[in-house]
Amino acid sequence: MMRAGRFRYHVASTVADAAAALADGGPHARLLAGGTDLIPNMKRRQDTPDLLVSLRHVGELRGISVNGETAIHAGTSLDDIVKSAAIRAVHPALHRAASQIASPLIRNTATLGGNLCVDTRCNYYNQTFEWRKSIGFCLRGPVPDGICWVAPSGRRCWATASSDSAPALIALGARLTLLSREGERDIPLEELYADDGACPLTKRADEIVTSIRIPSRVVRSTYWKLRRRGSIDFPALGVAAAIRPGPHGVIEDARIVLGAVASHPLLVPESQLLIGRTLTDNVIEEFAEGAARHARPLDNTDFAMTWRKSVARSFLSGALRELRGDDPSTFPLLARETALRNGWRFE
Amino acid sequence: MSDYRVIGKARRRVDARAKVTGQTRFADDLSFPRMLHCKLLRSPHPHALLRQVDVTRALRAPGVVAALTGKDFSIRYGILPVSQDEEPLCRDKVRMTGDPIATVIATTEEEAYAALELIDVEYELLPVIATPLEALQCDEPRIHDYGDRGNVHKSVALEFGDVDAALAAPAHLFDDLFFYEGNTHLAIEQHASVALLEPDGRLALYSSTQTPHYVHRALSRALDLAPHRIRVVATPNGGGFGGKTDPFHHEIVVAKAALLTGRPVKICLTREEVFQCHRGRHPVMMRMRTSVDDDGFIKAVDLETLLDGGAYGSYGVASTFYTGALQTVTYRIPRYRFRGCRTFTNKPPCGPKRGHGTPQPRFAQEVQLDKIAVALGKDPADLRLQQLIEPHSLTANWLQIGSVGLRECIERVIDRSGWRSKWQKMPHGRGAGLACSSYLCGAALPIYWNDMPHSGVQLKIDRSGLITVFCGATEVGQGSDDVLAGIVAEVLGVEPYDIRLVTGDTDLTPVDLGSYSSRVTLMAGNAAIQAAERAKALIAGAVSAKLGIPEERLVFAESRVFDAADPAQGLAFRDAVIIAETIQGSIGTVGSYKPPAAAARFKGGGVGPSPSYSYTTAVAEVEVDAGTGWLRVEKIWIAHDIGRALNPTLARGQVEGSVYMGLGEALSEEQAMRRLPPRLSHALVHKTPSMLDYKSPTALDMPEVFVDLIEQAEANGPFGAKEVGQGPLLPIAPAIANAVFDAVGVRVDEVPITPEKILRALKASGRRAGPQQFPSIAWPQAVYVPPPWEGGDGRAATKAEEALQS
Amino acid sequence: MDKVRLALRVNGEPVDLAIAPNRTLLEVLREDLALTGTKHGCELGECGACAVLLDTRPVLSCLVLALECEGADVVTVEGLAQDARLDPLQEAFSDCGATQCGYCTPGFLITAKALLDERPQATRAEIAEALSGNLCRCTGYIQIFEAVEQAARRISDE
Ligand SMILES: Cc1cc2nc3c(=O)[nH]c(=O)nc-3n(C[C@H](O)[C@H](O)[C@H](O)COP(=O)(O)OP(=O)(O)OC[C@H]3O[C@@H](n4cnc5c(N)ncnc54)[C@H](O)[C@@H]3O)c2cc1C
Ligand code: FES
Ligand code: FES
Repeated sequence: MMRAGRFRYHVASTVADAAAALADGGPHARLLAGGTDLIPNMKRRQDTPDLLVSLRHVGELRGISVNGETAIHAGTSLDDIVKSAAIRAVHPALHRAASQIASPLIRNTATLGGNLCVDTRCNYYNQTFEWRKSIGFCLRGPVPDGICWVAPSGRRCWATASSDSAPALIALGARLTLLSREGERDIPLEELYADDGACPLTKRADEIVTSIRIPSRVVRSTYWKLRRRGSIDFPALGVAAAIRPGPHGVIEDARIVLGAVASHPLLVPESQLLIGRTLTDNVIEEFAEGAARHARPLDNTDFAMTWRKSVARSFLSGALRELRGDDPSTFPLLARETALRNGWRFE
Repeated sequence: MSDYRVIGKARRRVDARAKVTGQTRFADDLSFPRMLHCKLLRSPHPHALLRQVDVTRALRAPGVVAALTGKDFSIRYGILPVSQDEEPLCRDKVRMTGDPIATVIATTEEEAYAALELIDVEYELLPVIATPLEALQCDEPRIHDYGDRGNVHKSVALEFGDVDAALAAPAHLFDDLFFYEGNTHLAIEQHASVALLEPDGRLALYSSTQTPHYVHRALSRALDLAPHRIRVVATPNGGGFGGKTDPFHHEIVVAKAALLTGRPVKICLTREEVFQCHRGRHPVMMRMRTSVDDDGFIKAVDLETLLDGGAYGSYGVASTFYTGALQTVTYRIPRYRFRGCRTFTNKPPCGPKRGHGTPQPRFAQEVQLDKIAVALGKDPADLRLQQLIEPHSLTANWLQIGSVGLRECIERVIDRSGWRSKWQKMPHGRGAGLACSSYLCGAALPIYWNDMPHSGVQLKIDRSGLITVFCGATEVGQGSDDVLAGIVAEVLGVEPYDIRLVTGDTDLTPVDLGSYSSRVTLMAGNAAIQAAERAKALIAGAVSAKLGIPEERLVFAESRVFDAADPAQGLAFRDAVIIAETIQGSIGTVGSYKPPAAAARFKGGGVGPSPSYSYTTAVAEVEVDAGTGWLRVEKIWIAHDIGRALNPTLARGQVEGSVYMGLGEALSEEQAMRRLPPRLSHALVHKTPSMLDYKSPTALDMPEVFVDLIEQAEANGPFGAKEVGQGPLLPIAPAIANAVFDAVGVRVDEVPITPEKILRALKASGRRAGPQQFPSIAWPQAVYVPPPWEGGDGRAATKAEEALQS
Repeated sequence: MDKVRLALRVNGEPVDLAIAPNRTLLEVLREDLALTGTKHGCELGECGACAVLLDTRPVLSCLVLALECEGADVVTVEGLAQDARLDPLQEAFSDCGATQCGYCTPGFLITAKALLDERPQATRAEIAEALSGNLCRCTGYIQIFEAVEQAARRISDE
């Protein structure tokens, strides 16, 4: 049996309590939300914290409210998000992303906060201690002088940002609240991510994500996920797209985000160029071609990287076609399957 | 035929209740007072000499009770007598990443694991042999000091009729290369074992093994202990598929540890360790040359196979022969040559997985037939139907064929799938493909040479009316318990659920060779019939004497024994037993089974013969995305010639399960290794040693499956039954490959068939993805055997034999 | 890193023990409470064999720390039958061939139980979706789907 190493355990009763425990715990303290990312990482000795601060009994971290702005508390389970009719109606991109995370069993414990802070992934890193020792530990440790096996000549970690909900929420323009003993701050979600596989979050270790807020602007949104199997698998590519169409289909706002092709969710800069245009075939193809250039998949997830890159382009154009109102049942197979795949859904 | 009461009726299996209530005790569920826990230190290096292994520091760690190294063992073992090349713990050398080096026994698993870090090992690294090509090219360093030469473990060549002559002037010659990637069993249960000393001081091992008898032999050998001092109990296996048919180092290590400490010792492997134990599908490169006449009739087949064997022999010699043995049993092949070569590499050893050695060449043959059909403008179904093997005939390589339901299989699936209106008739992007296959119902020869039965069954019946069946067979999910209970219930006229089973226990049960090569239903089934018939005769004799009804009029049914002429005249089964026990004394009978002798009498002819062959045909319907290569298998129609379905619910489950596993192999599963830049690392590790990264299909990935069972009783089978556990896996991959061609006109001559490969083929000028070259191999002189229709008696022709000896 | 008291209910009965914080619910059920009906195939959340009901939701016990279950209600496969009477799912799994080697079965039963409790009329597509985190290597899932459908019918007929 794979077992986690030893640690101390603190049950937080309130967010403030958690923030205090985290601050006192120092650099080797971690928040434990659903544990579905943290516990496997601990069993593989990727992480060896000496204190876990449990959020499970912090009631104030749970709940969804949709009135105008949507607010989701960070401890809300993914399953609750998937089953929220309001989210499905108002923010399809989030519904679709959440409904395709991991497996239904995992979504019962996994939380949205944990999903936004999920560790980056790499085929050379998400392995047992013995496996990593066998190839020589990479630059994420536990020894100091490792190298990156994906790009051995460089000095940075190229682990892949693998959250499904992050691209969707960035496309939706979400902001999040961070709380620590020092106080609260509020940032656009994209600012949570640093482009560094080894240290993917910009937040301080003692800051807790408490809530995620999505503005109420009317947008159309979707999320396309590439994975080998119908369930369980992490994204090998994610494309989130949100547009606000104005009169005559002229786009007033657009945010397109790529997931799983870099160490951070990548807000495509060219999204801005869509503003003021209409989604004609030409506009879509031109955009998809340009945006796909930002996808620089490496050989550290499932599927061959060149193939993933070619799919990035077809997902970009497919997602925009879907938002334009094209009937997904007329799409080619992969696009059709992806667009129609909606995960768990109670009518 | 139709008046069986149990046989042929869909029923719940006899072990279902235990399984749905969580009461089935798998090996890791066992726990004993004062039990210790064992963890193994495994090599991080793929190939290295062990300069020193020091457990001193580990012995001082908290909770540690004992620690062992290779020095504590002196005898090698292995499943085949010709490949005794494994060590419980490596002494001087490691041959793969994951090879066991030392073990720690502690009061908890956590402590044992922690102490592994305290074992000091000095390695001297050796060059790594990572592929069969390297093995062929590098004779040094040798991974093993035995084998044919260098790093070639075994190369074999058999020729049936003059194949070169037949290939020289063919109407059409098809020369194709194929590659079938390795994959693994991935039973959900990880291997586990508990060893302990019984009250009388004898050693007992409870283990998740498919072959308790072979583990018993290996333990006796490796521990140098008399077999009667050892008891091996096979716990129900949480899936086997061939992955638990070798004796394993961890079984020997915990046995030794129990002998040393006098306490029960348990080990349960992690998933990654299970990937390292492997013994799964060999990666095989194949070249197949087939000549056909203008009408598509096969004139000769010449097959070469190159197997990547991994670090140990395992069943490899048999696997090598199996890549050539069964090409002849589906279609008439007048002349046939097979050459196979297995290499050692520094990787987890390959062995038997569902279909053992035959899915790879079956893929080659069925895809090539599709190419032939297309080239000659024939329907692939017709091309096959015109040259099916004759029932009750001999093949070119002297295999005795029994019943053949292949025609019915083909006809059924083409009818059910609407094949004639689908193949070559669907819009671009949609396609249908067809493939056939065959598999053994147990090997005619045992793993080690002996003339004893392959299966034994013992029945005990007493005045309580209870029947207890003792049999060495092992329940691995395939339903062997249900087969035994069903057969005995049928013969003795009782309910299967009223029968008590004692299985897979070398102390208590007569030998059965194990749950592999689809042998249990046929062999243990026949033994059970014999034992049950003997018991029936005993009871019938007594009842007849007592009631004055002639024996031949007595019927055993509905838990009664009664007069066929007057069913009211009779007794409850229990009362019949009381009479029998009164007259005859205690009632116990035995039955045993030994397969018929093989017709083949040449060296190498021991692999392939079987009491019977099952047949299967599948049609796959797919959709392919020409832009990305994405493939979706929508429907599978499959018909399987099972002889007779003893329990149709189970039989269908076996077919669907085989389809599932075939689908995984065809589309996504790979046991592949990762090599790092050599200047930076010496490592050779499993690419995907987890259930997340090894892509076993989920419930959302199953296509619709339509199963048909073709029932034509086979004379050698119990109640006419043939195997169903393995054969239906075989046609899945080739049917899908053929369907992909029908959909988008490209050939993927390689398994798995991934979107990347399909897209590559779509972009390639040759419209094909697959191997480009078959390496040149120095084949041995072929053993030459004239096929039955060219004379001879199944022996090698003298001339070739002489050549071989010189 | 001392042991910590833990009180919860397992299959309806109160349980009170002291454990180290790193123990998962899976480990405690199997090793401390001898409830070995709950299985494990990976201990990393990848196979579904270890599913149990935690306050009526099916979760992977290999990913849940036992201490997280303080005060909770846990149901394992051993707790599905009511007295000697099998749950309709257990009956249907038996009759439909949904259990072969049986190793994945407890996880499937638990997951299906939660599904039918929430969704008695689940469609085939919903069943497949709900069970998509449970791997089975033996059955190809089809007889499992059929069993869940049959159980749903049995429940609605009762
Ligand atoms: C088999 C498997 C498949 C998976 N597939 C997917 C997938 O397809 N897509 C995907 O996105 N993920 C996947 N995951 C990862 C994981 O399950 C999810 O990302 C999940 O949402 C993580 O949430 P959690 O609550 O369990 O996080 P935890 O494991 O509890 O936490 C994850 C990290 O976030 C930190 N954290 C948690 N909550 C907060 C907070 N409120 N504030 C600050 N930091 C916090 C933790 O300290 C930890 O570092 C998979 C995991 C497994 C085991
Ligand atoms: S053991 Fe928990 S998911 Fe595999
Ligand atoms: S029945 Fe064996 S894994 Fe499902």
